[in-house]
Amino acid sequence: MNHVDRRRLLLGAAALGTTALAGRILQARAAGPFQIGFLYVGPVGDFGWSYQHDQARKAVEAKFGDQIKTTFVESVAEGPDSERVIRQLASGGSQLVFSTSFGFMNSALKVAKQFPAVKFEQATGYKTATNLAEYNGRFYEGRAVCGTIAGHVSKSAVIGYVGSFPIPEVVMGINAFTLAAQKVNPAIKVKVIWVNSWFDPGKEADAAKSLIDQGADIICTHTDSSAIVQTAEARGVHAFGQDSDMKQFGPKAQLSSIVNNWGDYYIARTKAAMDGSWKEQSVWEGLKDGIVQIAPYGPGVTDAARAAADATKAGIIAGTLHPFTGPVTDNKGAVRIAAGAKPSDADLFKQDWYVAGVQA
Amino acid sequence: MNIEMLVSLLLTTMTAATPLLLAALGELVVERAGVLNLGVEGMMLSGAVCGFAAMSLTGSATLAILVAVAAGALLAAIFAFLVLTLMSNQVATGLALTIFGTGLSALIGTGFTGQPVPPLAKLALPGLSALPVLGRLFDQDALVYLALAATVAIAWFLKGTRAGLILRAVGEADLSAHSIGYPVLRIRFLAILFGGAMAGLGGAYLSLAYTPMWVENMTAGRGWIALAIVVFAAWRPWRAAAGAYLFGGVTVLQLYLQGSGLLPVPPQLLSMLPYLGTILVLTLISSGPFRRRFSPPACLGKPFRPPA
Repeated sequence: MNHVDRRRLLLGAAALGTTALAGRILQARAAGPFQIGFLYVGPVGDFGWSYQHDQARKAVEAKFGDQIKTTFVESVAEGPDSERVIRQLASGGSQLVFSTSFGFMNSALKVAKQFPAVKFEQATGYKTATNLAEYNGRFYEGRAVCGTIAGHVSKSAVIGYVGSFPIPEVVMGINAFTLAAQKVNPAIKVKVIWVNSWFDPGKEADAAKSLIDQGADIICTHTDSSAIVQTAEARGVHAFGQDSDMKQFGPKAQLSSIVNNWGDYYIARTKAAMDGSWKEQSVWEGLKDGIVQIAPYGPGVTDAARAAADATKAGIIAGTLHPFTGPVTDNKGAVRIAAGAKPSDADLFKQDWYVAGVQA
Repeated sequence: MNIEMLVSLLLTTMTAATPLLLAALGELVVERAGVLNLGVEGMMLSGAVCGFAAMSLTGSATLAILVAVAAGALLAAIFAFLVLTLMSNQVATGLALTIFGTGLSALIGTGFTGQPVPPLAKLALPGLSALPVLGRLFDQDALVYLALAATVAIAWFLKGTRAGLILRAVGEADLSAHSIGYPVLRIRFLAILFGGAMAGLGGAYLSLAYTPMWVENMTAGRGWIALAIVVFAAWRPWRAAAGAYLFGGVTVLQLYLQGSGLLPVPPQLLSMLPYLGTILVLTLISSGPFRRRFSPPACLGKPFRPPA
């Protein structure tokens, strides 16, 4: 971006008990290059979900240079407000728009109908259209690798899990993690605390503290800030990072981290949109295609854990290991997946039960 | 739940309540002087980012805290100029201050995201910290004690000193205070500065001690909770302390109960209770027998125009 014009937009008004949201537009204006718009649910500085999407945007810029121009809007509230922002991006000349949160799906679909010439890419969701593709990561595969490590490393056999919202995406992660950990140590129990927020560092830290106080010696998280890894470091227990490598917040504490790598996908889709080969699709890829990556293991990972984690990862990539291979029993005693069976993707997206050993 | 766990719960509550209490005490003094500043969230964020930046650049915790206090006060000074000198609407100006502070802090913090800093040093109170079991409660960073000490000091200031009486007079009857010669605008200006400084301190507690890092919008609504606490406390410092511990405590308690699997009701219900309490207090002070005792400062939110 050679000429940058920064202006701030007021995206959310504040009221008692709610947070004031300020969004910001970073726009590069010039006629000619292929324009791409990005929409983030959090601040690019969250060092988590939105940060990783922005890293991918930068990868696209590095790859295509002057041929493209990117624009991003961060901290966009899910729901009606996002529709306005997406429309603004599309009418502002973006030919390809990445909307990167589940709650943007319906807005993207609406705007896609109004701008048939613009291509839309929706991160996580289940609706597509002729000019709206959907993409997601099989993060549960990464969770299974983390679970394998946790099964080896945990001494108390109690693992704390800080969850954002009990939606299938998060529930499936908890289950995959627990199943993998129990494969190593059948006594593993996973305690879940919901903080009902994607991003509230203070509350995430409080949840981690209360889990540690209740005997957890490893904390896993499905929220967006690095507060949990930091809390674990301060309290001398282990943790898994989320979305990005959070090693600097817990050099001793972090066992590993699931890293969301959207860059390759964004580059491929930008190329397709530019040469006209772009097609509607629904992509759900994981470790094999590199959307989900595992950060380098921390010093707390024992040799046995390292070998087992590598084996899990290799098995998933080779297709010989599915983290949800039955028999799987839920925490109320019902058999959910029969012995030897593997759930379909549709079943995974409907997961609203916890495997045995999860306390949520 | 054993005693160890109870102490842990209390310990986490103390840290969760500290930023709320610091910000609420500042706002309480501002409101007792008759000014409503809804910009607490923005001032907290500015304090958080400036304190963090100072800590990251110099490594001095004392300097970091001073910078945070100055940043909060500076933002408050802008507010004071707008509402006192230019007599702009306090509600609108306060909201604008929050939005401005959110954006400004994000801008300042751009280069500091993802950098870890060492947390504030713990200050073990001699004697008390050696107590069995309870000792852990007296081995916390200085700001936790400072918040409690500030409660005592502000309660004494408002109730027991001449300056406090004058401040309250300005908030209850600005014209009368003016007619007997008190500089209403200057007193309000100082009160607003104090409020900003305390909010900045509350923000710094978040970015330096609570979760020692900077991320955009890291206050996550705590400035608004501080405002609710002031109402909940009916403008009394002691009750503000109780309110901050209650608001902080309920959040922490619901997390603990979730983790222990003992929670019989949805955790959201528990999170909602302090706000229900605030509404209840609002109802009580607006009507009924408590109206006279717990009414808000009479001049709250009204601009003061010195008679010619």
